Amino acid sequence: MGSRASTLLREEEIEEIKKETGFSHSQITRLYSRFTSLDKGENGTLSREDFQRIPELAINPLGDRIINAFFPEGEDQVNFRGFMRTLAHFRPIEDNEKNKDPTASEPLNSRSNKLLFAFRLYDLDRDDKISRDELLQVLRMMVGVNISDEQLGSIADRTIQEADQNGDNSISFNEFIKVLEKVDVEQKMSIRFLH
Amino acid sequence: MGWFLLPFDNLLCIVLGISFTVGFSSLLVIVVPAVLGVSIGIRRLYMKSLLKVFEWATVRMERGAKEKNQHLYKPYSNGIIAKELSSLEQEIQELRASGTTLSSEPEFEMADIMYFCRRGVESIVDDEVTKRFSAQELESWNLLTRSNFNARHISLRLSVLWGLGLFIRYGFLLPLRVTLAASGIGLLVVLTTIVGFIPSGWLRTYLSEKIHLMSYRICVRSLTAIITYHNSENKPKNGGICVANHTTPIDVIILANDGCYSMVGQIHGGLIGVVQRAMVKSSPHIWFERSEVKDRHLVAERLSNHVADKTKHPILIFPEGTCINNTSVMMFKKGSFEIGCTVYPVAIKYDPRFGDAFWNSSKFGMVNYLLRMMSSWAIVCSVWYLPPMSREEGEDAVQFANRVKAAIATQGGLVDLLWDGGLKRGKVKNTFKEEQQKLYSKVLVGDQEDQGEDRPQEDEEEEEELEEGDQNEDRPLEDYTPRPLEDCSLRLQEEEEERGSETPMKDQ
Repeated sequence: MGSRASTLLREEEIEEIKKETGFSHSQITRLYSRFTSLDKGENGTLSREDFQRIPELAINPLGDRIINAFFPEGEDQVNFRGFMRTLAHFRPIEDNEKNKDPTASEPLNSRSNKLLFAFRLYDLDRDDKISRDELLQVLRMMVGVNISDEQLGSIADRTIQEADQNGDNSISFNEFIKVLEKVDVEQKMSIRFLH
Repeated sequence: MGWFLLPFDNLLCIVLGISFTVGFSSLLVIVVPAVLGVSIGIRRLYMKSLLKVFEWATVRMERGAKEKNQHLYKPYSNGIIAKELSSLEQEIQELRASGTTLSSEPEFEMADIMYFCRRGVESIVDDEVTKRFSAQELESWNLLTRSNFNARHISLRLSVLWGLGLFIRYGFLLPLRVTLAASGIGLLVVLTTIVGFIPSGWLRTYLSEKIHLMSYRICVRSLTAIITYHNSENKPKNGGICVANHTTPIDVIILANDGCYSMVGQIHGGLIGVVQRAMVKSSPHIWFERSEVKDRHLVAERLSNHVADKTKHPILIFPEGTCINNTSVMMFKKGSFEIGCTVYPVAIKYDPRFGDAFWNSSKFGMVNYLLRMMSSWAIVCSVWYLPPMSREEGEDAVQFANRVKAAIATQGGLVDLLWDGGLKRGKVKNTFKEEQQKLYSKVLVGDQEDQGEDRPQEDEEEEEELEEGDQNEDRPLEDYTPRPLEDCSLRLQEEEEERGSETPMKDQ
């Protein structure tokens, strides 16, 4: 699998991705190798089918939503840059300490960006609000057929009630942040990438 | 113009003469010991010298990379990420700020999705299954382009060495090996047909064994396979079934080199069909017509009849059903374990430094694969014969299969996975997603749901893995036919149709 990896990724590209995402050189080459191994069509981009071929992802109840998060609005293919940009959300925050550049824009793996990623898993239509229907959809995906509609409906209602502050019966991003302020987002939404 | 060509003519003659002599003498040196069943030790010497060359090449490569200040791509065998190995319940409890356990009110927190989200992205970056279907990555370079990381451009000496290696492999080794293989197979076909005319009896059995062994020995030499057999006291005996992990169609040759087995498979057309028909004339192999393969009872019956007859050789079966890349052992199909006879497990582990033996059937056809095999340096492997196992009281076929699989995995140093090798081509069943959903629902609403579905392994490591209970219900006979023959037929016969509508769809 490593046979062609480093030859097709140019040094300049690696540098750019490093700046944008914060991954190290070896992590980027390693992830590129993974990208190419998923890319069965060998055209430099991944489609939804390529992701669905991963069995562990296919059995994940939220698999489809997660796959969706990799694809920019309305597109069906994701290239390596996009792939890395999405994965960058899951870098641990501690790794940022070395390059504290106050003028740089907020890193992709900041707490706020991680929360935004999670928010977007709920908010399918990207209207910056989680409506009752959207919440129900995600709940249904996670519990399958094991909970009745009524019970699920009441769970959703209660959740919105607890979170909603401005009374519009939906959860905005700020309300979402407030609900999750006690949760250790940095740790729960981070993957330990080996160097 | 004539005088121009004279020296070339002479030169040509000399070159041809030399190559023929060299070729012929090498053939003799190889074939004669094969026929007699003796080993001179040339191959081991060859292996040791190759290893020394590889080490030198790796050192030079690292030095060269440092000089040029290039980053050398090094595959890390310990993975890309470190995964959290905690269960769904544990993680969700940690996510909950309150930390209260089961109450009558369903508890849902919006943060719950983070568990699934992280697990999902972890599996995108590194999953246990898809990497088993492609060749293993090597730590050091073995002078084959197919496994390198562009290392040959690093230093001049290395490039020269690589070029030399190329010439030796393709110019000398490959033609030699192809000739050997052709003669081996030819001999097998001709001699077994002849022996087929002898009436049944001890003479026929004796001759047929000798012929089979001899041809396999020639084939083994044609691949320059250097095999170490361990624990030969456990070799499979008549009236049993031999099961092994599957990496390549060559596994058959490697095992048959050391003992006589009866093969199981679907009968093909073409060259392989000729070989199959010839083999069955002198010793009882179990070949199925395509139509018979789907009939589960017929297959079980034929296998049982075969093992009941103690004069017949042990059956060789690869229960994984497809080729895996020799880093792990995947789900064993329970069919062979239902017959109720002694099972002789065998573990086969290839040394990838000399040439990767794994057959990636979605990437290479059979002929392409054989050519790659014959142009590698060598195929080095170890075969361990494990003590025989039988089904115990109160154990069903699936548990027995898993026990055998665990034994093989431990011996071969392979990862023991419960995933189905059929995932190479098919989609995973929805039941596993449903299990995840069920687990999560339990966390939400507590233990009000009935816990009647006893899953034999409730422990967390396996919650996401295959559940045996419902795995093979709608898969009649893939259990018995080794996949490599089937894959092979996919290449040889263009009009191949889907292998039964029950199998999950095969694309690519």
